[in-house]
Amino acid sequence: MATRSFTSRRELEQHSFPSAVALLVPLGAILLQALLPRPFPRLAILDLPLIVTIFFAVSRRNPVAGTLTGAAIGLLQDALTAQPIGVNGMAKSVIGYIAASIGIQVDVENLTTRILINFGFFLINSFLLFLINRRLLGLTNFHIYWGHEFIRAAINTFVAIPIFFLLDNTKRNE
Amino acid sequence: MESFFTRFKNVLVLVAILLAQTIGLAVQVRRPVESGAPDSSKVTLIRYWAVSVVTPFERFFHGIGYTFRHGWSNYVDLRHTRQENHDLQEQIARLRLEQASFAEDAMQGHRLQAMLDFQQHYVSTTVAAQVIGTSGNDLSRVVYIDKGAKDGLKADQAVITPDGIVGKIRDVFPHTSQVLLINDQTSGAGVLLATTRIRAILRGSTTGQILINNLTPDDRIKPGEQVLSSGGDQVYPRGLPVGTIESIKVDPDHQPYTLIQLRPAANLNQLEEVLVITGTQTTLPAAAQKDLAAGAATAEAQATAKQLADQQAAEAAARSAAQIVADRLPSIHEGDDDTTKTGASATPAAKTPPVSVVPKPLPTLHSDRYSPGATPPAVNLRPGAPEAANPVVPQTPTPDATTQPATPKPAQPRPRKSQPPPDSAQPPTQSPNPQP
Repeated sequence: MATRSFTSRRELEQHSFPSAVALLVPLGAILLQALLPRPFPRLAILDLPLIVTIFFAVSRRNPVAGTLTGAAIGLLQDALTAQPIGVNGMAKSVIGYIAASIGIQVDVENLTTRILINFGFFLINSFLLFLINRRLLGLTNFHIYWGHEFIRAAINTFVAIPIFFLLDNTKRNE
Repeated sequence: MESFFTRFKNVLVLVAILLAQTIGLAVQVRRPVESGAPDSSKVTLIRYWAVSVVTPFERFFHGIGYTFRHGWSNYVDLRHTRQENHDLQEQIARLRLEQASFAEDAMQGHRLQAMLDFQQHYVSTTVAAQVIGTSGNDLSRVVYIDKGAKDGLKADQAVITPDGIVGKIRDVFPHTSQVLLINDQTSGAGVLLATTRIRAILRGSTTGQILINNLTPDDRIKPGEQVLSSGGDQVYPRGLPVGTIESIKVDPDHQPYTLIQLRPAANLNQLEEVLVITGTQTTLPAAAQKDLAAGAATAEAQATAKQLADQQAAEAAARSAAQIVADRLPSIHEGDDDTTKTGASATPAAKTPPVSVVPKPLPTLHSDRYSPGATPPAVNLRPGAPEAANPVVPQTPTPDATTQPATPKPAQPRPRKSQPPPDSAQPPTQSPNPQP
């Protein structure tokens, strides 16, 4: 008689990635982000590190891993800027945690879900950056233009979808 | 207790990481906030690690792109080198003339500054560098250049292009430097409005615009006015172009101040090569002094040439006027005809232009009291005497030395009435209205 075991979505669809992918993809995203705006200044609106953070968090479905991935990518991104180190680190830690938590609950393989979570997380990221800069760092002249942030979220979502499909090929089912 | 940590493991990890980063932020941020100030040594170490990881890739990809792009463009550009060279030569000539026109003012200004004991800072040494990367974040406008501490760069050195100021060096690594652009939200610079000479402080913004927000409304400030560096910030030397005023409006956050938006002189979005100012001096650099002297010499030569040209033009005008008068006088033509007829008497003296020739009037056909030579000398006149007592004696005109014609004297027609025949050697004095 066959035994049936009930497993959660997390246990069924928890993915892992080869070490090289887990290391090189975030690094490549940060590198591209630093290189592309020089010849194409308008591409500074992209946030490839955030796309990668969301992808790894929802794919691994592990909040701790998502938090750590977000923190590492954010801190590395901060180190290349003139901002204090930790601004992007904190924002992406929170994004990684929430994305991994959502990945446990919903089917993140679906295209519509991916569009929604990407759009939503980019807006959350903008809000977190506003809070950190305005409240924690006390930058009173830091303003956020929500119209611009919506456009940024839409463009990044548009870019994120093919990247997600591309990175799906690197998944290793356990 | 163990179950608590197990149960809330995820949240606890998140809180721990956020707490650690908050403490890290608190350590880094100092009060009062110094805009664009370099980091402390510990933070610099973290940045150094990150930059060390990323910049080799940036250099590699930049090198590939540069070689490909410039290799092809160099080949293509060779086709137009001759024409470009010609154009540049013309441009240099034009700029020399412009420089000459400014040289005098510059030297005068320099003398006045020396008299007033101003401490002017001139750019003496620069290091050329290439931009190899950016921060990749539009909230932090910094670029990375391929020169660092090994090339003599230090923090807070000004970075410029020939168009205007770009920013300043924020962090220096051995082979790389981080440049904070002037449109970053933490940037600032002392500026001077070129026309109105109003001093102001320039700031970047989160949207990448350059703003002046410490001036109250002033009708003299108009869009299009050029903005220069004032030198008051001790980073950017005085007088470098910063940008032009694009718009002026009331600052909604800080009334009654205005919000003046500038268009940067340098293209901050497409930076390729920049110059880092590594040294300034209070005297004009030797090369600039040489250029200034060359400009002054050119100006002097121009003035001399202009004076000579004016003189020649005046002479030519005088000659032309004499020629016109001479052409209208039949006596000249007669003389010329005579000369042509004689042929042998056409000496070199006869061929001289009629500059010194004073035209002679024709002999009077119907002489009256106003005819030349009809008025008696003053010694023969008696005041109050009737006209009959003052006989009108035709006078033989006295030739003036300057009125001697250079050409052989033409034959004069004989008068029909009592007019005495004029002496061929002594032509009559010039009539104000010669009759043709």
